[in-house]
Amino acid sequence: MQPKTQITSEMVSHIAKLANISITNDEKAALTAGFNETMKVVDILFSVDVKGVTPTSQVTGLENVYREDTIDRKRVFTQDEALANAPRKHNGYFVVDQILEDD
Amino acid sequence: MKQYEPVIGMEIHVELATQSKMFCGCPADHFEKKPNTQTCPVCLAMPGGLPVPNKKAIEWAIKLGLALECEIPLFSKFDRKNYFYPDLPKGYQISQYDKPLAVHGKIDTKLGMVRIHRVHLEEDTGKLLHTTVEGKKVTLIDFNRSGVPLVEIVTEPDIHSGDHAKLFLKKLHQIIRYLGISSADMEKGSMRLEPNISVKPVGSKDLPNYKVEVKNINSFNFVKKAIEYEVIRHIALLEQGKTPVQETRGWMEGKNETISQRLKEEANDYRYFPEPDIPPMRFSSEFIEDIRKQIPELPEKVKNRLMKMYDINKSVAEILTQEKELGEYFEKTVSLSQISPSIIANVLVNQSVNIQQVKPEELIDLINKKQQEKQVDAGVVATAIEAVIAANAKAIEDYKKGKTAVLMFLVGMVKRELKGKGDAEKIKVLLEGKIHG
Amino acid sequence: MKLNSLTLKKAISKLQHKEISLSELVEEAIKEKNKELHIYLTLNNEAVRQASSQTEKQLEGIPIAVKDNFLTKGLRSTASSNVLKDFIPPFDATVVMRLKQAGGVVIGKTNLDAWAHGSSTETSAFGSTKNPRNKEYLPGGSSGGSAAAVAADLCIAAIGSETAGSIRQPASWCGVVGLKPTYGRVSRAGIVAMASSTDSPGPIGKTVEDCATLLNLIAGRDIYDATTSPQPVPDFTKQIQKGVKGIRIGICYTDHEKLKGSDAAKAVSEAGKIFERLGANIELVPVSENLQKGHIFDPNYAVAAYTVVQRSEVSSNLAGYNGIRYDYGRAFFGDEAKRRIMLGTFTLSKGYSDRYYITAQKVRSLYINNYRELFGTYDLLIAPTSPGYAQKLGATKDNPMYGELEDILLEPSTISGLPGISVPCYRDPKTNLYIGLNIMANYWQEEKIISAAYAFEQATQWNSWK
Repeated sequence: MQPKTQITSEMVSHIAKLANISITNDEKAALTAGFNETMKVVDILFSVDVKGVTPTSQVTGLENVYREDTIDRKRVFTQDEALANAPRKHNGYFVVDQILEDD
Repeated sequence: MKQYEPVIGMEIHVELATQSKMFCGCPADHFEKKPNTQTCPVCLAMPGGLPVPNKKAIEWAIKLGLALECEIPLFSKFDRKNYFYPDLPKGYQISQYDKPLAVHGKIDTKLGMVRIHRVHLEEDTGKLLHTTVEGKKVTLIDFNRSGVPLVEIVTEPDIHSGDHAKLFLKKLHQIIRYLGISSADMEKGSMRLEPNISVKPVGSKDLPNYKVEVKNINSFNFVKKAIEYEVIRHIALLEQGKTPVQETRGWMEGKNETISQRLKEEANDYRYFPEPDIPPMRFSSEFIEDIRKQIPELPEKVKNRLMKMYDINKSVAEILTQEKELGEYFEKTVSLSQISPSIIANVLVNQSVNIQQVKPEELIDLINKKQQEKQVDAGVVATAIEAVIAANAKAIEDYKKGKTAVLMFLVGMVKRELKGKGDAEKIKVLLEGKIHG
Repeated sequence: MKLNSLTLKKAISKLQHKEISLSELVEEAIKEKNKELHIYLTLNNEAVRQASSQTEKQLEGIPIAVKDNFLTKGLRSTASSNVLKDFIPPFDATVVMRLKQAGGVVIGKTNLDAWAHGSSTETSAFGSTKNPRNKEYLPGGSSGGSAAAVAADLCIAAIGSETAGSIRQPASWCGVVGLKPTYGRVSRAGIVAMASSTDSPGPIGKTVEDCATLLNLIAGRDIYDATTSPQPVPDFTKQIQKGVKGIRIGICYTDHEKLKGSDAAKAVSEAGKIFERLGANIELVPVSENLQKGHIFDPNYAVAAYTVVQRSEVSSNLAGYNGIRYDYGRAFFGDEAKRRIMLGTFTLSKGYSDRYYITAQKVRSLYINNYRELFGTYDLLIAPTSPGYAQKLGATKDNPMYGELEDILLEPSTISGLPGISVPCYRDPKTNLYIGLNIMANYWQEEKIISAAYAFEQATQWNSWK
């Protein structure tokens, strides 16, 4: 049986970074408390005997679903459609502030 | 002083030349297309866009695995690799984590075998363009390339030098081209390489406790240079008692050196989990065998066969089998004519024949014509030889004294007499005979 | 006559006989109580025009309310979040396409819990919807707007989606019918993804037959969704009058500690007696803390498993909202979305994934096994849809786990992918609030739950409880 996890505020900072979400210090405190509330419910998972049980990630039982290698013109957007909702665009491109060389 | 040896592994990404993308029906050929004209709900990652895998891409990846002598497990699946970057529209890349399509293969080279750890399928990202717009520094993003099928090949750290890396890559490149699954063009970006480099003391059984990844290399020559640069750099550090930092570095083409890229704070946590939108794959052995049957004769085999069947030497055979099309063209031409294979081989190797434009039948005609032009009456040749011998007494003396190079000069003179006709080899033999009496 | 109070079946008939006109139907919906109840976030101004060109098709241009997490081409789709506040999709969700092909018209987009994260609509960035049965109460969620639209007669029928209760629970709280099909029966293409492995779009309507009619039109394999099944689609209305004679029905959860003595437990026990009178064999399936034959596995573990799996999938599904291609960016996520994304990121992260994500998926397998065993004995399982009546406005705000706790009785079947239908089974005359009866069957057996629900509906005439 695994010991219960206590989520610390440092962990919350790390998680926010991983999740690409900015949080204020106030939010951090509320989130930490909230997570620990949630983890109390989640931790009951460990009182279940799952020895020898295979995890299920899909319930359909389907396998080998493919598409043929053909072009589906119906679904291809025009450049205008693709950019229609873009907050920033330029000459057919999406635009963001310059990213430092980090390829 | 301690001796060190390089320990190198490679990660290669190859864009597959399928018609459509990996998970949607957008065109996969994105070279020089207007930006964002080949996207759809799936590859632009609109809400509700769901991936459906391209069967051909899967078959081709398995084909490559088989050609690299890999095992093909009968069960495979896709997984999500989660990270944030503007060119990754979903915020995750659909890739393969623990059940790749192919494992445990190898490529043999003159400098040693390189084991293939795994071959798997994933999707490509969009393209970034750093520029300035209205005075502001921006990055422009084009998603035409987003979702194009990529095969990733990872080797074991069996490569032990820059030359070895080059040889390995050339072989891999050749096999990929033979299979017809990708243009594998480094300049177009349809083949990308990243060596992972470290060094260890010679004789040490342990793997080094660090490795440096080098990016931004776009030719086999630069791979060699980057490796050699890094090896020297690592050895220098180790001799100072320091361990090279485990990091990603970029190859600086102009300066012939690598520089440290922005240090990533910690190793990325990709939070892999099975892709819930795509059912897993379970292959029958018949399915795998059907793919195996589609593999053409691979370069090494073709080369050996040509050497044996047509009595041509290794270096000529190597050139002829550089590209599958050339070898096929050669054999076709041989089968259609009476001309000796070695002549055809020589013509193909020494003269730039555009095999796309010149049909084998046309080439045969051309060779025959050339032969005929060279045809000349034996008597005329004999007369020309006598004339040249008579006119070049000093040269004959020099030749008899040992200056063998003079012979070719005399052959040239005879050909001039014959106005270019005649076979140089034959003339040489006749001259020798005449001179020595 | 309130035109929108017609059932789908009656409205189609009256339109065919030219007794009513389409524009009357549509305009009535637009003029009515929407502002007060806050049901529609966006109305389709083209609805009347579009409807008039659909008269030769099956749905005759009938206006359908669509939950705002379904993408509708040219019509704003927000998932009730500020992140997508002004998003105008360039394509239709497959479900929407199929409705249109059958002659349906999208009358408007209904409110939901933002990103479908919740069971009340209180996490909507644009304000809660009010329960039409009693305006001081919540409609449930996440398809609260769709259920309310049906209950308020602001549409003829509606479309919602369920990840763990989001069709059935609001149907229960609003006193209407909600049908959650088998996972893989209806395409998810073009729907804002929540938990990819359980999301199931489905109809919400005034009668069981209306829901069955709509299901006919939207079900079936979609080439744009690899998780849809090639399972053949029957005519779901064909066997609707089959009845329940000889059917074996198991009653679940009425003995659970959370429901002891509750109106929900009483109402469902009563429902069991009604089924018995109709010829079915009824038996209590006792709850058990452990996996045991002939018992239903305690749903508390399903809440834990579902919370982990759903939030993990959510954390990944919401990663694409980065303000670059069509949205306002991550700073616009509401609190609930942030909570779920972050918890899901945690449960997938290095060092914790095996412990949480994998364990949760193993517990999920246990529920699937439990149902496999039970459906070997029973044709149907019935239970309360929700542990109680609708809750008051404001009751669910800022509760870090409200959504998952409320749907405790539905999560075991949704994580297993099973179909279920909620039909009203009791109304409190003091508050005018409802209890819903959840009828579940094995995979692909929507016909069974439809015919049972229909028999129940006919026997109780719940539609006339006013």
